[in-house]
Amino acid sequence: MKPDEIAALLGAQFGARILESKPSPLSPWSVVDPAEILPVCRFLRDDERLRMDHLECLAGVDYKDRIEVVYVLYSMTHRHRYALKCLLPRESARLNSVESIWGAANWHEREAYDLLGIVFEGHSDLRRILLPDDWEGHPLRRDYKFPTSYRDMPV
Amino acid sequence: MEAEYTGDVMTLNMGPQHPSTHGVLRLELKTDGEVVAEAIPHIGYLHRCFEKHAENIEYPGVVPFTDRMDYCAAMNMELGYVLAVEKLMGIEVNNRVRCIRIIMAELNRIASHLIAAGTYGNDMGSFTPFLWCFRDRETILDIFEETCGARLLYNYNWIGGLMCDVLPGFEKRVIDFIDYFEPQVDNLNKLLSDNYIFIKRTANVGIMPPELAINYGVTGPNLRGSGIKFDVRKDEPYLGYEEYDFDVAIGRGEHGPIGSCWDRYMVRIREVKESCKIVRQAVAKMTPGDVQESIPKRIKPAAGEVYHRTECPRGELGYYIVSDGSLKPYRVKVKSPCFTVMGAFRKISRGAMIADIIAILGSVDVVLGEIDR
Amino acid sequence: MGVLEGKFEENVFITSVDWLFNWARSNSPWPLSFGLACCAIEMMATGAARYDLARFGAEVFRGTPRQADVMIVAGTVTMKMATRIKRLYAQMPEPKYVISMGSCSNNGGPYWQYGYHVLKGVDEVIPVDVYVPGCPPRPESLLEGLIQLQKKIRQETIAKPKGSKGAA
Repeated sequence: MKPDEIAALLGAQFGARILESKPSPLSPWSVVDPAEILPVCRFLRDDERLRMDHLECLAGVDYKDRIEVVYVLYSMTHRHRYALKCLLPRESARLNSVESIWGAANWHEREAYDLLGIVFEGHSDLRRILLPDDWEGHPLRRDYKFPTSYRDMPV
Repeated sequence: MEAEYTGDVMTLNMGPQHPSTHGVLRLELKTDGEVVAEAIPHIGYLHRCFEKHAENIEYPGVVPFTDRMDYCAAMNMELGYVLAVEKLMGIEVNNRVRCIRIIMAELNRIASHLIAAGTYGNDMGSFTPFLWCFRDRETILDIFEETCGARLLYNYNWIGGLMCDVLPGFEKRVIDFIDYFEPQVDNLNKLLSDNYIFIKRTANVGIMPPELAINYGVTGPNLRGSGIKFDVRKDEPYLGYEEYDFDVAIGRGEHGPIGSCWDRYMVRIREVKESCKIVRQAVAKMTPGDVQESIPKRIKPAAGEVYHRTECPRGELGYYIVSDGSLKPYRVKVKSPCFTVMGAFRKISRGAMIADIIAILGSVDVVLGEIDR
Repeated sequence: MGVLEGKFEENVFITSVDWLFNWARSNSPWPLSFGLACCAIEMMATGAARYDLARFGAEVFRGTPRQADVMIVAGTVTMKMATRIKRLYAQMPEPKYVISMGSCSNNGGPYWQYGYHVLKGVDEVIPVDVYVPGCPPRPESLLEGLIQLQKKIRQETIAKPKGSKGAA
C-alpha cells in the first residue's frame, strides 16, 4: 500500500484522533493523539490490509518545546512502512506502553525511558537499561548537564 | 526443551567479565540445579554515548563513531549511516562507488561470520575452528589494510563516496582470495558444522518460533534460522543489489526443530558462500571512475528526517536521522539488530541447562558495542 | 614474593634469585581474558595463528582473575564497568600487572569529549604498567607492549631498596 493510502485508511478509521499526516515518499508519518496510541497500534497490527507486525524503531526525540516518540512500523507480509508520532510535553512525558502489541517494544521503551525520561505506563519492568541504576538525569535531553563525577570517579 | 522447575532457586551471575559472553554482557541466571528457570540479560557495560556524540559532531565526523558500534563489521555500520544521509540529501553515487561498497560490505560480512563461527566453536570447546577462521580472516584484513590503512575500523565509506580509490590489482587479489576461500568453507563444515558433538550440543537447543521472532523484531540470520525468508538486500534493495544473483539462506531444521542454534549458525555459513558469489559479480561489474565525484563540499542536508535500513551481518540495521538544516545532525537513532534479539533472549533460553545458555548466546551472535552503542 | 621481599641487601645470592624469579614471571605472563570492545578483537587476532601470542608464554587466557598475572584492559571502560574492574583487580594475586590497550583505556579515546558514561582512562581506578596506543592497536603494537612489560618485570628485585632501614 502506498503511504497516502495508509494515511487515508487511518484517517477513515480514527478521524480526529489522527492530528496530522504527512505521507511523503521519503518518510511518511502521522501524528496520533497520545491517549489513543494503543487502539491505533492495535489496528495497524491486526487489520488485514496493513498487518504492521514489525516494530522497526522506537525513537524519542527532544525538541525545544516537546518530546516526540516516533514508532517506525513495517509489514513483513505487505512490505510497506509507516511511522507514527506522539507529541508529549517536556515536563511530563507519559505515554501508554505498546509492549502488549509488539514484544520488541519492551527493551526499546526501557531505553527511551533511560535516555530521555519518557515514562511508559503499563510497562512490565520500566527501569534503566543502559546506564547504572543510580545514575541521575536523562542524557539525551538537550538541557542535560554533564556530571562532574560518578561515585568518586571523574567524568 | 522445557523442564519442571521445583525446589529452591539459586541466582548465579554470569558476570560482565566472562570468557564466553562475547563482550561485556551480564546474565543473571535463576537456576534450579542445572536447569535455568530464567536468564535475565543486563546490558549497558559498554554504553559509549554514541547518540550524544552524533548530536555534537558534524555529519562526516560521525562515521568513525559508527565503525565502533559493531566493530566486527565496521564497513556495514558506516554504510548504513552514509546511505541514510545520502537518501536525506538525494545524492546518487556512480557505479564504481557502488561496486566497491558492495565488495567491501560483503568481504566484511564474511569476516564477521568467520569471527562468529570461530568464537562459537571456541565456546563449544574446540579451538581449531577459531584458528582456521582467524587465519582466513587475516587475508581479508590485508585487503582492507591495503585499501584504507586500517585492519578493523576503517572510516572508508564517506558521505557521497569513498575515502580513497582501491589500488591497482585489487580485483585480482579479491578474486584470488575468494578462489582460495570457497573450499575452506567445506573444510570448516567437515570440522565443525557436521561434527557429531557440535550437532548434539546445538541442534535441539534455543528454539525460536517464527511468530516470536517477528513479534520481538528479530532480524537477520536469527530470523532466517527460524525459516522466514527475509533479507533487506532482496526486499528493499539498495546500492544496486537487485541486479545481483544470490540466494537467501534459511534454516531448514536438518538436525532438529527449525529455529535451533544449529540452524542459526548454519545460515551464517551458507551466507558466507552467497557473499562469495556476490563479490565475484561485483568485481565483474566494476567500471573505472572517480570515487569522490559526488561528495558535496559541505554536508548540510535540508531539514527533515529519514529512516533507512541495511542488512548488516547481524541483522537489519536502521538509522533514523533527524536533520534541522545545520552542519550537525539533530538526532541519530540507531536501531541495532543485536539489541532487539537480546530482548528476546529471555524467552528462548527458558528451561535450558547452563551449558546450553552458552550455546544459545553464541548462536545469536551479539556484539555488545552495537547493543549498548 | 611476600616473605622474602625487602629483607636482604643486594648481594650475589639475591641477584641470582632475582634473575630466576624475573625469568619465570616475564616468560609466562598469563593474561586475564578481559576484552571489552574493539580492542578485544585485535587481542584475539594477536592470540591467533599469524601474530602468535603463544611464543611469549601468554596464550592461556584465564577465565578467572585468581589465576591470571596480567590484565590486558582492551577496550572502553565505562562507569558501570569501572566498579567491576576494581573488584577484578583486587581478586588478582600478586605479582600482578596491567596493560592498558588502546586509546579508550589510556585516556578515554575518541569518547573523551561527550562521553558522559566513559571513564577517561583506566588509570583512574587501577595502576597501569604499560600503555599501548592505537585505535585499535595493531597486534604488533600489543606484542611490543608485552615485550616492554617483560623488560619491566626483568628489572624487579626482591632486595631491600637502597638507603632504607629495616624490613619493608
